[in-house]
Amino acid sequence: MHPITALAETKQPAPQEFLLRLGDNALILSHRLSEWTGHGPALEEDIALTNTALDLLGQARMLYSHAGQSMQPVCDEDALAYWRNAEAFRNFTAIELPNSGVHAARGALGDYAFTMVRQSLFSAYMLELWPLVAQSADEVLAGIAMKSIKETRYHWRHASDWTIRLGDGTEASNKRMQQALEQLFPYTNEWFTFDAIDERALGYSAHDLAIQLRDRWLSQVDALCKQSHLRMPASSQLQTRGRFGVHGEHLSLLLAEMQSVARAHPGASW
Amino acid sequence: MSDKALNLALDQHRQQGDARLLEAVNALPDPEIPVISLGDLGIVRGLHRDQGTCVVSITPTYSGCPATETIRDDILALLKAQGEANAQVVIALSPAWTTDWISEDGRNKLKAFGIAPPLRCLGKPGSIEGDASPSGGEHPHRVFPLKRMTSLARVQCPRCESEVIESISEFGSTPCKAIYRCLACREPFDYFKPY
Repeated sequence: MHPITALAETKQPAPQEFLLRLGDNALILSHRLSEWTGHGPALEEDIALTNTALDLLGQARMLYSHAGQSMQPVCDEDALAYWRNAEAFRNFTAIELPNSGVHAARGALGDYAFTMVRQSLFSAYMLELWPLVAQSADEVLAGIAMKSIKETRYHWRHASDWTIRLGDGTEASNKRMQQALEQLFPYTNEWFTFDAIDERALGYSAHDLAIQLRDRWLSQVDALCKQSHLRMPASSQLQTRGRFGVHGEHLSLLLAEMQSVARAHPGASW
Repeated sequence: MSDKALNLALDQHRQQGDARLLEAVNALPDPEIPVISLGDLGIVRGLHRDQGTCVVSITPTYSGCPATETIRDDILALLKAQGEANAQVVIALSPAWTTDWISEDGRNKLKAFGIAPPLRCLGKPGSIEGDASPSGGEHPHRVFPLKRMTSLARVQCPRCESEVIESISEFGSTPCKAIYRCLACREPFDYFKPY
């Protein structure tokens, strides 16, 4: 990719909006994973998902603290997590989908196939994005990215391992993994829609980012699918816009649960 | 004694005091794994004075590690007990902490406690040594171990030093550990993951 030098010179510090996009993905996915606490299919998996949730929560806290410092008035991490409404969140739509998948009834139990496919697709994506963020002229953000790369690698290792085991497992497990992949894949179109904010933060043109990140990500996902005996879904025209603040109903329900205690007891600390 | 000599003596005294303070901070136990100290763990970046305030900078380990806040409180309590009323702990994110910063002494203490010390990352930020990863060398940030966790090269059982081990759980009781089992002595053990 060719850096846009004119833009790169003006990119310090990273735009708040960009920090929120990263932070909101981390927080909302962390919350989805934490819903598995006590419900994992095995104790080891319960621990794995809560550990992953903890890493993501830590990333979100650092990103929020950093973003909040340049806000007027200064906002702390709790304010950003608990006192914004759905339309202010900038996470991908794929991240807010319930663990049970797109078609399950409300309140359905989580589907491990769906969770593992989402973890694989998203951690493969972040393994491509974090190294670009780590080159940011914003030193705090670059520092967060360097830590996050390390954590994301373990997330990918865990999720891709299960994707292979379940995809290359029984007829039933393969079918469920394939279904999960078909459900999630259209939502990944959004992951490659970049705008001027991403350009300013990363120093590459939106077009370069979209083409190159998608190519690299697709080749990883394709390799994983081959090993897992899963078929790559056909391309889709679905264009969700979570990262621009346009969300489905799932995010509001998630926030209602996540924010209820903080909102019932404003200013409480524990 | 001239003013100049007095100031010099005071400076020296303060520097010695700060060196002792830093030593005390380094000697604080890690709240999660108390057999090793903060110094052993390699998270204390330094101590300096900012207009009279004693500032200790630390580099956190895992992003979500709950011990970070306890460590901050422990350091502040220590400094307060040493008469530093305006102490402050700042977080230095960059460069990111790596398990390579754990001292040799710390690694031995971990092993003696029953936790296999991490394999070295050796300057490749975040790479996981011991992975059969074809892309690891060329692109340090792109390690894609698409294989199942079958070979776990060179991780040693902390008890019998056998390298014939199996993975029980990729994640353990804290974010920094995995759980393996030694197939020679049959004992399960914690492994401090390279980070």
